[in-house]
Amino acid sequence: MRDAFARAIYRATKDHDNIFLLVADISPAASLDAFRREFPSRLIDTGVAEQTMVGMAAGLALRGFKPFAYTIATFTIYRPFEQVRDDLCYQNLPVTLVGVGAGISYPSLGGTHWAQEDVAIMSALPNMSVLAPCDPAELESCVLACANAKGPIYLRLGKAGEPNLTELAPESFHFGKLRRIKEGSGICLLSYGPIMKMTLNLAAEIESRSGGSVAVFSVHTLKPLDREGVARVLHEFSITVIIEEHSQCGGLGAQVKQIAWDSAARCKLYTFGLKDEYIHSYGTQDDLRRAHGLAPELIMKDIL
Amino acid sequence: MKSHEIKAAQSRCRRFRRRILAISQKLPALHVAPAFSCLELVDSVYFHLMRREGLHPDTFILSKGHGAMAQFVVLEELAVLSSEDLEKCCQAGGRLGGHPDYGVPGIEASTGSLGHGLPIALGMAAGDRESKQERIIYLVMSDGELQEGSCWESFLLAPSLGLKNIVAFIDYNDFISRGRLSQNHPNFHPLVEKVRAFGWDVLEVDGHDHAAIVEAVQGRSRKSPAAVVARTIKGKGVSFMENQAIWAFRSPTPEEYQIALAELKEAP
Repeated sequence: MRDAFARAIYRATKDHDNIFLLVADISPAASLDAFRREFPSRLIDTGVAEQTMVGMAAGLALRGFKPFAYTIATFTIYRPFEQVRDDLCYQNLPVTLVGVGAGISYPSLGGTHWAQEDVAIMSALPNMSVLAPCDPAELESCVLACANAKGPIYLRLGKAGEPNLTELAPESFHFGKLRRIKEGSGICLLSYGPIMKMTLNLAAEIESRSGGSVAVFSVHTLKPLDREGVARVLHEFSITVIIEEHSQCGGLGAQVKQIAWDSAARCKLYTFGLKDEYIHSYGTQDDLRRAHGLAPELIMKDIL
Repeated sequence: MKSHEIKAAQSRCRRFRRRILAISQKLPALHVAPAFSCLELVDSVYFHLMRREGLHPDTFILSKGHGAMAQFVVLEELAVLSSEDLEKCCQAGGRLGGHPDYGVPGIEASTGSLGHGLPIALGMAAGDRESKQERIIYLVMSDGELQEGSCWESFLLAPSLGLKNIVAFIDYNDFISRGRLSQNHPNFHPLVEKVRAFGWDVLEVDGHDHAAIVEAVQGRSRKSPAAVVARTIKGKGVSFMENQAIWAFRSPTPEEYQIALAELKEAP
């Protein structure tokens, strides 16, 4: 995703002469070479100073620029939280906060590097939008949406190596809309971000076990959430399953349950997310997900 | 500055103080003393330093947002804000609150929480450099504000980025909410040497002396961003408010108001 972001921001900057990229000592280094070469004055490294990175982004936006502020997700939004709230959201400025390594994409680095409650916290802020693309192609669409945005956006990215999952998607990306990326009937999976690959594997396993077909949606826009689209899904399918690499407090699952109540949905509804815990466990991202109860076989046991 | 300009500025600031006190009489509490502390700084920026006209005017940010009344009375004088705006300050139906709010005419950044103005100023300066606009960003920070780490991040960064068009006043009244800064946090001092060591052009002035303020800023090196350490008196101009921590957020009683007005009468 880091390389995909570097490519996308480079392309967006070629088309928009008002984009700035701010980084706080962390950057998609090698893949930023083209950007650095062509737009050296529009790349600022603040050093390990995230409050200043976000404050500067606000100052640039107040001068008419469209800044992207990039570092590891926890450092992008937690360290400078008040700058995010006061400088960006309160003033409603078009700044994109790019958080790389969202969820538990840094499984071996421990809880200081896990953004497991970021969607809830960013979604609570007025004026803030939250985007979580599931693959590099969707990321590119998100970056273009951010470049044209009128207010602040939190762009939640995985770390590396996400494959292209949406090449055959029956629907294209539209900001603020659910996106069907796999057709199916009966069972529907709603997911977003880097755990989408596991969600698609789960869909395939359910199909081979049950013989039915499973639809999958990418909820790339978590705020503003497509409430009508979610309500339609809840009425179209008899089983809806939410899978997210995020705390269940204030995540997508909790919101879908609200919509289910508000729209008098009759389907079965299952939600799977990270536990409301800091788990002192390491290994691969899948190992850590499993420790939180997020693994295809664990989920299937519950829903089938 | 010529002597008649100095006299006019002094008279204006006495009038501003009376205006702030009059507004305080409608409210249970107001940041009166913090505004009095930085009034000559704000006045000097607007009336003697800032380029306010043209396509790309200079910018002023009141980073110590709790000094808002100082900025509001100046903006009223300049007819950017109306008398009605100030009469309705902090009241239902009004558009001015206790801190500057972006979107209100004349306010270029929302402040109120300390340590936000300087990073924003750096961003503006970087933007101006990219658009090749010669604009100076003036800001007034409080000394207590410098206890926020974000200020030091930005002090450290601005010269490294080669940003020069920033003039940061530090309203050095030596008071924080709980009393004397120098007593509560003795290692805050020395301040001038600290900021200078971060690569800034640091000037020292009497923060209530218009001529000193203006001449110091006009004489800055312009090779690096400038910090003006302005020695001030919290509550300046009203004897019983001066250097009294309690006046940080309080409105005088009607009796106190009359005494204060008498002290702020026009000099004969």
